[in-house]
Amino acid sequence: MENKEMGISEDSENTKPVLSEGETAETASAETVPAEAVSAEAETSAETEDLSERVKILSPARLVLKRFFRSKLSVIGLVTLLVLYLVCFIGPLFSDMSYDTVDLNGGENTQSTTITYTVDGEDYTMYDITYTASINRNAYPSAQHWLGTDENGRDVLIRVLYGGQISLTIGIVVVVLETIVGVILGGLAGYFGKWVDQIIMRIVDIFYCIPQMPILLICSAILQANEVNGIARIYWLCLVLVFFGWSGTARLVRGQILSLREQEFMLAERSMGVPARRKIFLHLIPNVLPLLIVQMTLGLGGIILTESTLSYLGLGVPIPYATWGNIIQALRDFNTLQYHFHIWGPPGICIMLAVLSFNFVGDGLRDAFDPKMKK
Amino acid sequence: MKEQVQEELQEQAQEQAQAEVKGEEAPAAPKKENPFVVGAKKLFQAGIPRASLFDYESAPPTEEELKENILIVNHLKKYFPVETNLIGQPIRYLKAVDDVSLRIPYGKTLGVVGESGCGKTTLGRTLLGLYDKTAGEVYFDGKDITKYGDRQMNTIRKDMQVIFQDPYSSLSPRFTVGGIIGEGVAVHKIVPHKEIKDYVVNLMERCGLQPQYYERYPYEFSGGQRQRICIARALAVKPKFVVCDEPVSALDVSIQAQILNLLRELQKEMQLAYMFISHDLSVVQHVSDDVGVMYLGSMVECGSTERIFNNPMHPYTKSLLSAVPVPDPRSKRERIILQGSIPSPANPPSGCRFHTRCPECMEICKTQTPVYREYEAGHSCACHLYPQE
Repeated sequence: MENKEMGISEDSENTKPVLSEGETAETASAETVPAEAVSAEAETSAETEDLSERVKILSPARLVLKRFFRSKLSVIGLVTLLVLYLVCFIGPLFSDMSYDTVDLNGGENTQSTTITYTVDGEDYTMYDITYTASINRNAYPSAQHWLGTDENGRDVLIRVLYGGQISLTIGIVVVVLETIVGVILGGLAGYFGKWVDQIIMRIVDIFYCIPQMPILLICSAILQANEVNGIARIYWLCLVLVFFGWSGTARLVRGQILSLREQEFMLAERSMGVPARRKIFLHLIPNVLPLLIVQMTLGLGGIILTESTLSYLGLGVPIPYATWGNIIQALRDFNTLQYHFHIWGPPGICIMLAVLSFNFVGDGLRDAFDPKMKK
Repeated sequence: MKEQVQEELQEQAQEQAQAEVKGEEAPAAPKKENPFVVGAKKLFQAGIPRASLFDYESAPPTEEELKENILIVNHLKKYFPVETNLIGQPIRYLKAVDDVSLRIPYGKTLGVVGESGCGKTTLGRTLLGLYDKTAGEVYFDGKDITKYGDRQMNTIRKDMQVIFQDPYSSLSPRFTVGGIIGEGVAVHKIVPHKEIKDYVVNLMERCGLQPQYYERYPYEFSGGQRQRICIARALAVKPKFVVCDEPVSALDVSIQAQILNLLRELQKEMQLAYMFISHDLSVVQHVSDDVGVMYLGSMVECGSTERIFNNPMHPYTKSLLSAVPVPDPRSKRERIILQGSIPSPANPPSGCRFHTRCPECMEICKTQTPVYREYEAGHSCACHLYPQE
């Protein structure tokens, strides 16, 4: 069955003591015969030690990692993701601008009027100077604004970075919450079966027939009507996404646990008198985990897309908070679409990169967890 | 050899021809009903009342019997519902284990033999409480565990263990060998927490596993080594009784002998009682003190190994024994070759279940179920060839 892949790796490089020619010549010339015998003995003892060292024990997790890093695409995905996260979270620290800082250096305008009048024979002159600074809108990339500014004069690069923080974080938060809910409900359904299974699975069925988009629109409308704004809106958005996302995970977990429950090793656990808690958390969940990890990584991309879509429609994270989705919202202005690629291009590319990378990593993990994949 | 085979083939062909002729003579088969009607009728059919499952009379075992035997099983039944009516009552059962009674003395081995599909495994699992029994009484180690729930069973689980047939699927894939063997030890607190590793390593050595396998994973091992892990796991909790469910059938002959000898050694050392399930008669003869023969869910004969092998009573036992290969090419044996295959336990024959294939079938066998009773001390049988009262 699974034993086709032996967990043995041979590190031939480390084991064979390779001596350069010069060294051997030196030792041969300098040492006498008994010393050679000693070194030969040492070599044989080293060889026996090597034998036990050479056969390394790989835990299943190590095997998976080993197979994961063999796939180039998934490594590229992983690196891209790491870069995205690092840049988004560390980048803004080097700038004094924030996501809602408006650049007011769009040119100066000074108006001055003088009124001169005479009181008691003395001349008085009154100067009235109005100084207006205009907002630096839709500026093209420059040394100060690497990606220019948007229609409200905010730095696009800074907004993309802050937007990444929210977009990437929302993805993880939603997926983790989704998985927790899904694992608990799916696990209950699968482990206890019978009426518990019936009830939970019927609820899942109901969730499957709800059209997501209209409901999300309605939810956003309700949030707007109740004047939920700012950060609270982001939390609500997460909850709504979790509420509609857990059913898939629950179904997956339930199916896995149903099939695992019938395996002979679970019967062995039962005959051992192992309590249910231990059976679920030490034997069932770890066996579902590989699938869950794959499901989570693939789901992350989806969540980022959904969040972007909602934000683009103006229903997700509210302005002035930046997310990749609501930066792209600028596209609605025809002028921006035509002349200001520097505003909507970067967040779009970021979304694409993130989703693609998550999918690559997910695919790589899936292949790595599959015991039938030998290479 | 060739001639024999040819003769057999000819006989079979003749019989088939005869059967065909008979079939033609028989009256035309009854008209087939519309499957929808049949299904609808089944939905409204009355379910089998639960009381009918308990149609046996049994006296509780005496104190002496309880002291002698680690396990006493009376009229154990395990029926799986095959079809149910509208309100979920079963209307047809698959009788995997039907009215089996047996007892195993302390420190002895009961071998259970029978064709595949005759309910040996189900019997073992049901009396361990791994399957919920349909009816019957089980006394274990002097206690009546018939009505024990899951929680109560967990308290006595460590005394009764099982070694499974398939060493590949019965080991948790994400645990190390040490974790697998030590789990029961930790759960039942057999030794203090700190000493678990020493205890497990010690046990592994006794079961023929090297101590450095402690941190390895099951997928790295061959079938024989896995079976040793299974044995070590079962014995780690210091049980008094172990059900060995075909522990060697997945292994090759040389390993079989090693494992069997290991089991015997451990039995002597730990005063274990075994129930040894197998379809291999020579293996059973090697390890058992008593042998029970099962056919289609019920015990047809049970007695001491010596008596069963030298003086079998039931025609089924006789035919089984005649099939054991003898390592002598010149020996001529009278083989009793059974016709046909084992009938479905979901639709067992009437009367004696063996009558469809029995070479000594009588009229009474087709209608009346023979009584399973003791003919000589410790030798029971269910057959109409012998006096029923």
